[in-house]
Amino acid sequence: MPLLQLEGVSKRFGQVVVASGVTFQLDEGASLGVVGPNGAGKTSLFGIISGDISPDAGTVTFAGKNLASVPGPTRCRLGVGRTYQIPQPFEHMSVFENTLLAAQQGARTRGRKSFELAYTSLERTDLAPLANRPAGTLGLLHRKRLELARALATKPRLLLLDEIAGGLTDLEVSELTAIVRELQREGVTILWIEHVVRALLSTVDRLICLANGEIVADGDPRDVLNSEAVRRVYLGGAIINEAATR
Amino acid sequence: MSEVTSSLESLHVRRSTFSPLFTLAGALVITAFFTAAPWILAASWVSILSNFFILLIMATMWNLLAGYAGMVSIGQQGFVGLGAYATLYFAIKGMNPFAAIPFAIVTCAVLALPITYLLFRLRGGYFAVATWVVADSAMLIILSIALLGGGTGSYLPGLSSLSPTQLDHDTYLATWFVALAVVVATYLILRSRLGLVLSSLRDNETASRSAGAKVTATRRLIYVIAAAGCGAAGSVLAISQPFVQPGNAFNLNWAAEMLFVTMVGGLGTIEGPILGCVIFFVLQQTLQNYGAWYLIIFGSLAVAVALWQPRGLWGALRQKTHLELLPVGYRVRRSDGVETTSS
Ligand SMILES: Nc1ncnc2c1ncn2[C@@H]1O[C@H](COP(=O)(O)OP(=O)(O)O)[C@@H](O)[C@H]1O
Ligand SMILES: [Mg+2]
Repeated sequence: MPLLQLEGVSKRFGQVVVASGVTFQLDEGASLGVVGPNGAGKTSLFGIISGDISPDAGTVTFAGKNLASVPGPTRCRLGVGRTYQIPQPFEHMSVFENTLLAAQQGARTRGRKSFELAYTSLERTDLAPLANRPAGTLGLLHRKRLELARALATKPRLLLLDEIAGGLTDLEVSELTAIVRELQREGVTILWIEHVVRALLSTVDRLICLANGEIVADGDPRDVLNSEAVRRVYLGGAIINEAATR
Repeated sequence: MSEVTSSLESLHVRRSTFSPLFTLAGALVITAFFTAAPWILAASWVSILSNFFILLIMATMWNLLAGYAGMVSIGQQGFVGLGAYATLYFAIKGMNPFAAIPFAIVTCAVLALPITYLLFRLRGGYFAVATWVVADSAMLIILSIALLGGGTGSYLPGLSSLSPTQLDHDTYLATWFVALAVVVATYLILRSRLGLVLSSLRDNETASRSAGAKVTATRRLIYVIAAAGCGAAGSVLAISQPFVQPGNAFNLNWAAEMLFVTMVGGLGTIEGPILGCVIFFVLQQTLQNYGAWYLIIFGSLAVAVALWQPRGLWGALRQKTHLELLPVGYRVRRSDGVETTSS
């Protein structure tokens, strides 16, 4: 039984189609990368999985459970952890309190256990030295790491990563992929939207390309990047050139 | 892995930046002073303090509701009124009005729960208007009950055995103890797991949901608590008059005052509404010889604060001084010497 299964998922905002018959499944422990041009509907797809957005049609199944009538917080407690492309920190809470909320609510831990889970999530993302800082005072890079830390503190079975590598230096990207690979070893299932293709190539075992809410390619990462469909979508843009040189 | 384990052993989490003994000592002094106030202060001051505490109860509840749980209600006067009328009802049925306070509180909480299923279908401005409609409907229903005095209202029975001085003292102590209980309860809520959920909700609802916080259930609970608190305010208000009349008990001014006071003092901190109430009463007392000017000045202050200092005067003070009289946060300390930097 796959951990995550999407079946004919469709959604539109007025005239804008963000998902059109999206169907795919993901086995427990697998890692799937998602690419596609801006506005393709990648972030919306995460919203549909995490419960922020309700689809017009189709079903989302997680661990054998149809999520249609399951609200967002319950999905998180079932094991769906997510980060936001535009970071959403609790600005007037400290960095530690940000992950503590996730540890207590998402992972259902209490007392000392919740402190330890919150703190280890900060250590894993190198945010521990900033634990007492109000999250609102963090710069963009630290905010992105806090997104990851907070998602980790919910103890996810499925982790949805939305462009967490954007704007990082090469070194920072390698640090990030090291964290993701460690999560993979622990058995966490990964779904990762990313424009930084080298981060995906060193972590995921499968790639889908989304355009106008439709999956236009699905398969081995390198094959997908070199496929005719993806070339057409990107019109020979940066993503292909980067892939070709690696 | 061994590195992580060792650092966890040295992890300490504290709940305040200074000794809790300091807070406790301060709280004891304040409690002793206000409990002794009827014997220390002039009668006119005691009655002003009664009104101060009634407003403080309402503002503290409105802050939980709007400042934390994001429910901007303009209908809390509905529960003030229901609390007052529940007290009247129990008193008519022969109960001592002071003993009726907890029953009035429970009545308001019980009535609030089904109302949430109606109100929570609405958002933002629609929610606010609906709370007002609910309050007005409650008043209309009360108006139609002859037993409760209809449109003219009714004296609160059961207090005639007390001498006027005794009644004043008891009334004052009731408002003070209810206010104390409400502030302490609010503080304990904000320090608890629920409090962390409320803080996260105040800051970012979307992130709160996706981090596993049961936002709707939390809102429902807070709405019921705020109804109970405003009911308590209405109950002691009824005793302090001691005449219960729909136009006064359900007055929209209660909603306006709790909103203004909380906005001026600061939304989303426990100290904010307290500071707001202090400013409101200081202005009212110093400007009392100039008619309604205190209201005009206070209203302008509220608008100015809303424009330039959305977190209120306490928020501004806290940003500069990092002062927290009633700390609710968590601070990480590492006993192995590794510093965790603060702002
Ligand atoms: N809540 C919304 N209401 C209206 N339009 C939206 C909403 N969310 C996303 N969109 C639109 O849907 C399209 C897809 O957005 P998104 O899923 O963020 O794409 P991507 O992450 O692939 O860049 C965009 O054109 C965006 O403007
Ligand atoms: Mg996006």
